[in-house]
Order: sequence, then structure tokens, then C-alpha cells
Amino acid sequence: MSAKTDGLHVRGLCATFETPRGPARAVDGVDLDIAPGEVFGLVGESGSGKSVTLRALMRLVHPPGRVEGNVAWQGRDLMAMKPEELRRMRGGEIAMIFQEPMTALNPVLPVRVQIEENLRAHTDMNRRERRARALELLDIVGIPAAARRLDEYPHQFSGGMRQRVMIAIALASSPKLLLADEPTTALDVTIQDQILKLLLDLRDEFSMSVVFVTHDLGVVASLCDRMAVMYAGRIVETGTVSEVFATPHHPYTRGLLGSVPHGGAERTMLASIEGTPPGLASLPAGCAFHPRCEFATDECRRERPALEPFAPGRSVACFHHERVARAEELA
Amino acid sequence: MSFASFIFRRVLQMIPTIVFILVVTFVLVRLLPGDPASAILGDRARDADVARINARLGLDQPIFVQFLYFVRNVFTGDLGNSISLKVPVARLIAERLPVTLLLTAMAAVIALVMAVPLAFVSALRRGRASDVVVRGAFQVGLSMPVFYVGLVLLIVFSANLHWFPVGGYGDGFFAHLYHLFLPALTLALSLSAILMRNLRAAVIGVVGAEYVDFARAKGLRSRLVLTRHVLRNALISTVALFGLQIGVLLSGAVVTETVFAIPGAGRLMIDSIYGRDYPVIQGLTIALAVVVSLIFLATDIVQAWLDPRVAR
Repeated sequence: MSAKTDGLHVRGLCATFETPRGPARAVDGVDLDIAPGEVFGLVGESGSGKSVTLRALMRLVHPPGRVEGNVAWQGRDLMAMKPEELRRMRGGEIAMIFQEPMTALNPVLPVRVQIEENLRAHTDMNRRERRARALELLDIVGIPAAARRLDEYPHQFSGGMRQRVMIAIALASSPKLLLADEPTTALDVTIQDQILKLLLDLRDEFSMSVVFVTHDLGVVASLCDRMAVMYAGRIVETGTVSEVFATPHHPYTRGLLGSVPHGGAERTMLASIEGTPPGLASLPAGCAFHPRCEFATDECRRERPALEPFAPGRSVACFHHERVARAEELA
Repeated sequence: MSFASFIFRRVLQMIPTIVFILVVTFVLVRLLPGDPASAILGDRARDADVARINARLGLDQPIFVQFLYFVRNVFTGDLGNSISLKVPVARLIAERLPVTLLLTAMAAVIALVMAVPLAFVSALRRGRASDVVVRGAFQVGLSMPVFYVGLVLLIVFSANLHWFPVGGYGDGFFAHLYHLFLPALTLALSLSAILMRNLRAAVIGVVGAEYVDFARAKGLRSRLVLTRHVLRNALISTVALFGLQIGVLLSGAVVTETVFAIPGAGRLMIDSIYGRDYPVIQGLTIALAVVVSLIFLATDIVQAWLDPRVAR
């Protein structure tokens, strides 16, 4: 690798959990490159390892889970950081928001405390400045009557407002990278839209990169510049969102795209991917997707395809990706 | 604001509780075998004398009238005179109850000091040697009866090592603390074992909560994560248990006070029951019941303060 000092560069990230049936690799050799200001979508079904990837980046995986690999942020190695340096990084330069604000916000602390403790950890603002900034943050994320609501508790907010609160807390110290773990999944569709717009605005305002984990391809299409598709702990395809949507090269990506309803078209059956994702402790030999794949051959059952570039900015982990792409063009 | 109105409502709730306590103590004493007149006069009393005593004590009145007199007297601080000691019950209680309360308070503090840090160590190093040792030790503490623990402590620290007095209460506040240390420790052992187990389980639950991960992701110092985010949430259930256990502790004091010869309310209660000293039994029961309901009140207030969802 050339010495890139900007953005986030991940090589060979693994997260392993011991289970009674042997070690389970929830994340298995993930490579990612996130440029400054970029919005990156990480897509996959439940259990594909996308959320664990985010937690592993922040070194938030609970023991006995193990994380290995190389994570460089602005040229510094996150995995080798001492606790104090890591602490300053978390929430200061890299922030994270979670899927379910009801469980991610501390139920017994007023919102003000939860914002101000972030400022206290990362800035040398005094009490009065922290108060003013907390108020400003609630304003930025669009919470009406912010001054009054600062002293309220999470249970007094609606779902959408609660997610705004969490975003305000995460962004308190103006991070340069936001890791967002399905932040709109738990919300109504209309509220989802508002939160996504808010995140895009904030990306511009704070000029930060965003890694957006989701299973919602619609969200990826409207929000992200580039994307990666995960299956069974590995990335199976990457590229710009427009290219991947136009010609998916991995059969799994193709299946995911086929299961999204297209507005305006005449009524047809939604395509679905047959079968279920494999258990991590008992991955099939060869390509993990082969039992569900219509393109699978003996080669797929024997050997695991590596993620390899096939065009500028595009990579795929499939022996038959050209056949897959052609099939898409014919369809 | 809503916290203040919660406290107000909670205090109002005490009124029916107190009325209930008064009814129950009044009825209970009248259900006890034997009657006061023959207790005062002895078994061979003549009927005329019994009638005279009953009239003097108001025991010839209808039961409902007796109850109203009783309530009036309680609220004016007149709990009657002890039959055997011939002194006002209120004065007896004022002398003896503070001893028991101090003993209970010391036991509670010792139990907390032991349970809270060890619960944390045990929960955070779950499954490792320190966890196993801590839990094993508390298991032993929990399974031994109070009177036995008390006797062992007495033999080791008082009779053999002479570090602590064998019994009694001493003169002056610090002498009280010194005299009450071993009995308080005796009471604290089983309480701390209960608290430790409960808090350990709560900490293990809270440490895995997403808001703790979020707190870490915010870059808070781990001590702040543990105190503000983990401890506070974990304490909510333990505080409720603690309040309930204080009630148990007060009754446990009866045994401890006997073993350590402490002139507290527990001893007074036992002596009065043997002597059928109804006014004392009644007065003490009311006093202890009021103390317990005040402790529950305090528990609820602390819980509402810890968890704003309680006080809505």
C-alpha cells in the first residue's frame, strides 16, 4: 500500500468470536478505503457482519471477541493505539451512531448531560460554553424548542427526535468520520427521509466522511457515493453506487437489487434470494454464497474467490462475474 | 418539578399505610393469649380486682371506642406505660430504638462498602479467579445463620484477640460505634452477599447495553463510563432490594442484640413478648412499622432520583 495519510484505510479486518461450535468469523478480511468527504454505503443482510465491521473499526467489540487487521485513520494505526489516544479518537475524530436510539441513549441521564460529556471529553470548553454548544447542536439537528428539551430524558422524545438527539451527541465534537449503523432502520419512512437529509447536510457542514451501514438499497442509492456489498463476513463487491446499480457483477448483489421494488413498472413478483445466509460457525466450503447461487459451478464449491479488481474502482469476488453482468444486461 | 410532585404523592400514600399499621397492631395485641389484668395481678386474682383494672385501663369499653382512644394516644405520643417496667412506653422506645437504628445503619453501610466494589470486580472480571473467589466467599457468608456468625466473631475478635468488647453499648457516640462494630458486621455479612449477587447480575446486564457502547464510542474515560453509565443504571434494581432488606435487617437485629447483649429495641421486644407487656409490644410494633415505611419512602425517592422513568 502507498502511504495514504488521508481518510480511513482498512486492510484485512477480522473479528472472531468463540462459540461452542468453534470460532466464528463475523468479519473476515475486510478491506475498505474511505476518502475525506465521501459517503460510503456498506450493504448486506442481517448477520452479514456489517455492524460488527463498524464496531471493530472503533475497537468496540466485546471480549472474548477478537479483532485483527490494519486500520489506518489519517495515517495513524487505530489498532495499535494506546487507550488514551484511542479514547481521544473515539467521539473526537471518529463518531458512531447506532440503530436504535432508545437503547443507545442512557435512559437515566438528561439529554444535556449526554451531549456535554462528549464536549467535556474532547474540548476544553468551560461550563457556559458547553451549555451554549449543546443548545446549538440540538438546533442544528432540528429539534424544536431546544432550550426546553435539553433537560428532558430520552423517553420523553419521539423516535425521530431521539435519533436526532443521538446524532447531536455524536457530532458534538465535530468528528471527521461518522460511522452510522442503520440509523434509520427503526424509524417511519417519512422520518427516515428527514434523518437522511439531515445527515447529508451535516456531512457538508462538518465536511466529514460517512460510512453508512444499511440493508436498505434505496438509502444507498439516494445517499452514498460508493458502496460495498457484504456477505458472510466478506466484501463481495465494491464500486460507485451508480455503476454497481447499473451492472452488478456479483450474483448476490444482483439478487439484492432484484428484491427492491421499482416504482412505475408494471406489477411483477419481487425477486428474492432463495435460502438463508449461512451460520458463521459452519460456512460452506468454497464461495460462501454458492448454495444460493444460480451461477454456481464445481469451482465455486471447491475454491473461495478472492475480491479482485476488474475495472477501475470496481472489485468483485466471483469466478463468473462476467456471466453475471451479461445476464443482467439481457434481463 | 415532576420529581417534587412525585415525592408529594408518595408521602400522601403513607397515610393509608399508617392507618393500616395502627389497625393491625391494635387487633394483633388483642388476639394474643392471656389478658393484661391477669398479667398485672397474677393468676390468682379475684374477679372484682380484674374488673377494676379493666375499667382503669379502659378495657371495658367497646372495641371501637378503645381503638379511637388508642389512635388519639398514639398521635399525642402517649403509648401508655410498660406493665412490667412501670415507665412510659414512649420513653422506653426513645431509649432503645436509636440503638437498633444505629446498629442497622452501621450494618447497611458496611454491607454497601463491601458489596458495591466487589460486585464490580466480580462482574467485570466475570469467570476469572477473582470473580470465583468473591462469589465463593459471599456464598459462605450468605449460607451461615446470623447467630452462628455472631458467635464466631465474638470468640475470635473479642474473647481471643480482645480487639472488640464482648457486648454492651458503651457511653458516647464513638464508644457506641466501637461496641456495635462486630454486631453490625454480623448483620452486614448476609446483607452484603445478597446485594453483591444482585448488583453483580445488574452490572453484567448493563455493561452489555448499547448505551454503554455508545458512551465508549463517545470517547469517555472508562471510569466515567463505569460510574455514570454502568453503576447508576445497575443500582436501580439494587436500591429497591436494599430497601426491602433493611426491613429484614431490623428483625435480624433481634437475634444480634441477644447474642451481643445490646440494649436495643430487638431485646426490648423479646422481653416484652415474654412478659406480655402489651403496651410495649404495641408501641414498638408501631415505631418499627413507621421506621420501615419511612425507609421504603426513602428507597422510592432514591429510585426515582436514579431513574427518571419511575417518577412520571
